[in-house]
Amino acid sequence: MKQAPHVALFVTCLVDVYRPSVGFAAIRLLERAGCRVSVPAAQTCCGQPAYNSGDRRSAIRLARAVVDAFADADYVVAPSGSCAGMLSKHLPALLADDPVYAERAAALAGRCHELTAFLVDVCGMAGLEARFDGRVTYHDSCSALREGGVAAQPRQLMAQVAGLDLVEAAEREACCGFGGTFCVKYPEISVAMVDRKVDAIAATGAELVLAGDLGCLLNIAGRLSRRGLPCRARHVAEVLAGLTDGPPIGGPAGGGSPGGSR
Amino acid sequence: MDLAAHRFKEQARTALQDRVLQDSFARIGGKFGEARSRAVAGLPEFDRLRDDAVAIKTHVLANLDVYLERFEAQVTARGGIVHWCATPAEARECILAVARAAGARTVTKGKSMVAEEIGLNPFLEANGVEPVETDLGEYIIQLADEPPSHIIAPAVHKTKSQVSDLFQLHHARYGKTRRLTEGGDLVAEAREVLRQKYLDADMGITGANFLIAETGSTVIVTNEGNGDLTQSLPRVHLVLASIEKVVPTLEDVSTLLRVLARSATGQEMSVYTTFSTGPKRAGDLDGPEEFHVVLLDNGRSQLLAGPAAEVLRCIRCGACLNHCPVYRAVGGHAYGWVYPGPIGAAIDPHFLGVEEAYHLPQASSFCGRCEEVCPMKIPLPKIMRHWREEAFRQNVTPAMQRHAVRAWAWLAARPRLYRLAARAAARMLAAAGGRRGRIARLPFAGGWTAGRDMPAPEGRSFHDLWAARQGARK
Repeated sequence: MKQAPHVALFVTCLVDVYRPSVGFAAIRLLERAGCRVSVPAAQTCCGQPAYNSGDRRSAIRLARAVVDAFADADYVVAPSGSCAGMLSKHLPALLADDPVYAERAAALAGRCHELTAFLVDVCGMAGLEARFDGRVTYHDSCSALREGGVAAQPRQLMAQVAGLDLVEAAEREACCGFGGTFCVKYPEISVAMVDRKVDAIAATGAELVLAGDLGCLLNIAGRLSRRGLPCRARHVAEVLAGLTDGPPIGGPAGGGSPGGSR
Repeated sequence: MDLAAHRFKEQARTALQDRVLQDSFARIGGKFGEARSRAVAGLPEFDRLRDDAVAIKTHVLANLDVYLERFEAQVTARGGIVHWCATPAEARECILAVARAAGARTVTKGKSMVAEEIGLNPFLEANGVEPVETDLGEYIIQLADEPPSHIIAPAVHKTKSQVSDLFQLHHARYGKTRRLTEGGDLVAEAREVLRQKYLDADMGITGANFLIAETGSTVIVTNEGNGDLTQSLPRVHLVLASIEKVVPTLEDVSTLLRVLARSATGQEMSVYTTFSTGPKRAGDLDGPEEFHVVLLDNGRSQLLAGPAAEVLRCIRCGACLNHCPVYRAVGGHAYGWVYPGPIGAAIDPHFLGVEEAYHLPQASSFCGRCEEVCPMKIPLPKIMRHWREEAFRQNVTPAMQRHAVRAWAWLAARPRLYRLAARAAARMLAAAGGRRGRIARLPFAGGWTAGRDMPAPEGRSFHDLWAARQGARK
């Protein structure tokens, strides 16, 4: 039998600090899909905060570190369309003129995937054993949608979750207003954007909004709770892996999400 | 109306707090976007046409000198005159000289963004020539003394009631004092007033959507027919266009027209597509006696070789504005200069300088919608990022931000130290969140917490938990 593919998990800086559960959910899913998962210790962040602030020198320095840290895995998988896009689309561009790293960055780019896209497109994951009784809606992150072409994959996986009722929101392609440092540099505009998003989510009547990017989720969850709306937020990996016993994003400890899980 | 690009933040705040403005944005909503989607869905070869359109413009930009000279030769051969203007000041003086030679006191104008770029109207007024905008939207904002807020729908921010007030105030001198409230009546009154202006005008100025090198023709697209009357009734027709508008052939124009209207308004074609080729010939029943083309560079030739060159493919359809969540939240005036929205964020720094236009490329979540819908596939986020890099390099980015990013990057380049910082951040934020699991106010993060709670972390960093788990397994 062929050896299990070696997947290196790109944890992402937000999952590391805010929501380790997402990392463990990703590992559980990858292992169920038949992968051998490692977590390279030298990883920190993909460098987007520097890259998008115009600090190209820092971005290049961090890009090289990413290439080094993930050199020997068959695949690199991130529970984030944004970080996966940075690794697969922007790292090769940043390092294109680097005599040592250009080739290595291009090779790495071809092995990088967003979690749900990897599970469906590479692993062909089917028959997911998970249950979530409740109505949910899904927010597509801009980078997953437009840089990665990820839209069908998370929906294919959610369709395998018993009891899950997916209701699509209006203006699915619209940005939630997170945009990395954008949301703190232009907070009023960002809040106007997330308000439209939250209105669309609330209109679905879903009790839970799922997404594949923690940045969007922190933004959406933060606005939902500030407006006192009942909808909760979770990373899609948590539901797919059946890890929904803990509190939702920004929810009180001990207040597991409605609907329950197995 | 006193607007400036460097006041983007204040102007955006004003727009967000203006209920009337927000209502008019909401009413327009996704109208243009939905119309575009329908038009694109109705044309299976749309994406292939986009590729063809991109190829045409890319080829032109690589051979711009050749096509401009060919265009000039053709215009001249047909009895027209081409004026080469390097700067806005040269273009203004040139236009004034043509107007003076024609003895023009009233000039009718078709819609032209390049005229806005060079500040033509105030200049003509200051020199005793009255410019009259004939595009309905442009006419409305001329009465309101405001700049356009959208590339193809200049008065999109105005409500019908505001237009009623403007017409009542400004049309009184023509004996029209009744306040009209129906759209049809407003249009009819504007038409009546403008009809006389067309007849009075000694010169007509139009922009150009395309210049055709093969024939020396200029092309405009309109939905009101105002451009036709502007250019055919007065004795002198002057076309004001920037140099990147040239395309090789009529065939190329037909390709570009097929993507232009669909991207702009969702129409298959604009209502009027008008080709002007030289002045009236012997035997022609009408047309101008003089035909001038003012070609403006304004630094575009400098852009050609740089990282922002692809903005020169723009055909000014406005699709990027219609699909931009930031533009749709704050409107065009917030950007403070002629070109708003994503295309403005990508080209205004070139015209205004990185410092004056600092905020425009920064105020984007990089959602990528603009690039996705751009018929010319201009990588707008990439070009905005280029301007952010220029601002950072030139120390235009505020020192606090530069130091913060560099300090963070320094830390992120040291995994072991970074782990400790992540552990501390996770703990402190979790503690601040307490049992509620969210933080309502956070020092140094007012930008986040003014409008949102900060969800509290789970408490321990992933890497700590992972290390513990690996240790337990051994």
